[in-house]
Amino acid sequence: MRPAERGAIISGIGQSEIGRRLNRSDLDLTIESSLRAIADAGLTVADIDGIATYPGPGLGQGKGGAGGPGAWELQDALRLRLNWHSGAQEGPAQTMAVFNAIGAVVMGLARHVLVFRTVAEATEQGAGKRKGQGIDALESGLVGPMSWLIPFGAMSAGNWLAMIANRHFHEFGTTREQLAQIALNQRKNAALNPKAIFREPMTMDDYMAARMITTPFCLFDCDIPVDGSIAIIVSAADTAADLASTPIHVNAIGTALRGRASWDQFDDMTTMAARDAAASLWERTDLRPTDVDVAGIYDGFSINTLVWLEALGFCGKGEGGPFIEGGARIARDGQLPLNTDGGQLSAGRLHGYGYLHEVVTQLRGVAGERQVAKSPEVGVVANGGGTYAGAILLTRGAS
Amino acid sequence: VDHVTTAASGVRILAEGSVVPVRVLPKILSDNEFFWTSGAEGVLRFMRCTSCQYIIHPPSMWCPKCLTRTAEPSAVSGRAILHSFTVNYHQWVPGSQPYVVGLVEIEEQSDVRLTTNIVGCAIDDVHIGMQLTVVFEKNGDVYLPLFEPAAAA
Repeated sequence: MRPAERGAIISGIGQSEIGRRLNRSDLDLTIESSLRAIADAGLTVADIDGIATYPGPGLGQGKGGAGGPGAWELQDALRLRLNWHSGAQEGPAQTMAVFNAIGAVVMGLARHVLVFRTVAEATEQGAGKRKGQGIDALESGLVGPMSWLIPFGAMSAGNWLAMIANRHFHEFGTTREQLAQIALNQRKNAALNPKAIFREPMTMDDYMAARMITTPFCLFDCDIPVDGSIAIIVSAADTAADLASTPIHVNAIGTALRGRASWDQFDDMTTMAARDAAASLWERTDLRPTDVDVAGIYDGFSINTLVWLEALGFCGKGEGGPFIEGGARIARDGQLPLNTDGGQLSAGRLHGYGYLHEVVTQLRGVAGERQVAKSPEVGVVANGGGTYAGAILLTRGAS
Repeated sequence: VDHVTTAASGVRILAEGSVVPVRVLPKILSDNEFFWTSGAEGVLRFMRCTSCQYIIHPPSMWCPKCLTRTAEPSAVSGRAILHSFTVNYHQWVPGSQPYVVGLVEIEEQSDVRLTTNIVGCAIDDVHIGMQLTVVFEKNGDVYLPLFEPAAAA
């Protein structure tokens, strides 16, 4: 059976100004990226009949900047006439908004869905409004899943993922020198991305000398809060002939969650939800990991990428350390060019959507001086880590 | 680590602030009250299915194994093994010293884990696989279960 998601294409991509402390509102950035994506597809605002975003309203400006505006805010700001709309947080990672949009176009609910992800964390931090996860519950008390973690000073995904990293080190002998290759690779790639935040060279000595955040993570294992917005247009595949852009085809999506949705109760702490999302991705396609020419893999923390490389089958379980050792395999001219824009570790935390923008750019062959050498046909984007994960396989040609 | 008292069970109860200067505490609700207050007696308790004996955490009346609604709070030994940990250096709260966040699996059922703090030993002595035993830190009505090396108990 042909997976239904092959009825969807990515027809347009757009990026706002990206930077530290831009002092622009999240809605302002979102409109900029949205209009660019619409124009990139060769569409007009009147053609957009659907919206999807992650995580939806409630976390946006004035509340830490991690959320961005909701779907309703953008609908109103652009006076869109929609047949379908969605903004939500629970699902297969940040990519869930893309998956929702794919669902909408293959169900015929919409033809062209504007998907966006916006962050204004740098500006919010600069304004002193970002207090840190859980601190706002100092008076009221914590409820829900966070109430089992934050009381113990496990304040951040950094702490939770650090325990995954240390377990990986324990079970498989993975080392900090190996993990460092994620950060070093992304920094090298960022040098060729004018929009990346940190572009100056980084050495292994720089990495090892950085201040420790939570063992085994030093500062360079943690991504960079930024301000910025990415928009992509998900369209019905039968509109491809009418579009100005090179359509990139959806081949398969990975959405499964088969272990427990819990940061501390998941059965295998060295993989967590990436295992399930990756398995379900490959269940929906005849393509194999060896077919992938370019990868955009989540690097909110360096261990996320290592876990995904194993989960997606680029190497065996527990072999991620040796796979990335020395950095040659994941380099821009290696067997698996990885995070060619600099990833979240060096280009900035566009929270999953930077990878989509970059992999589409690479598959179109228009990445300029950072274009990977061989003409890429197949790209993978993987988002999230820990309790939530989503993956999408994209191809230049239809399949 | 200073302790303020010893519970009837012989388990030590530490004073607030033993690990970090400020803790954001859980809100006590009907389904978790037994868990967060059980430390007053120096006892660690979990919901346990009275039909199939499966220990259920986080707390639920319903057993996910046999789907009966017969679970009740039940005491465990307080012994655990360290599954993983991290030494936190970042000052989420200004003035905090490095501390150990641990992930422990309880002796009675290896798929029941707690995120916690490892106390009662030097940071450099913390290692995956170490045998631990529960202590509690009193924060008002909330008794947080922390763990220390079993040999030190």
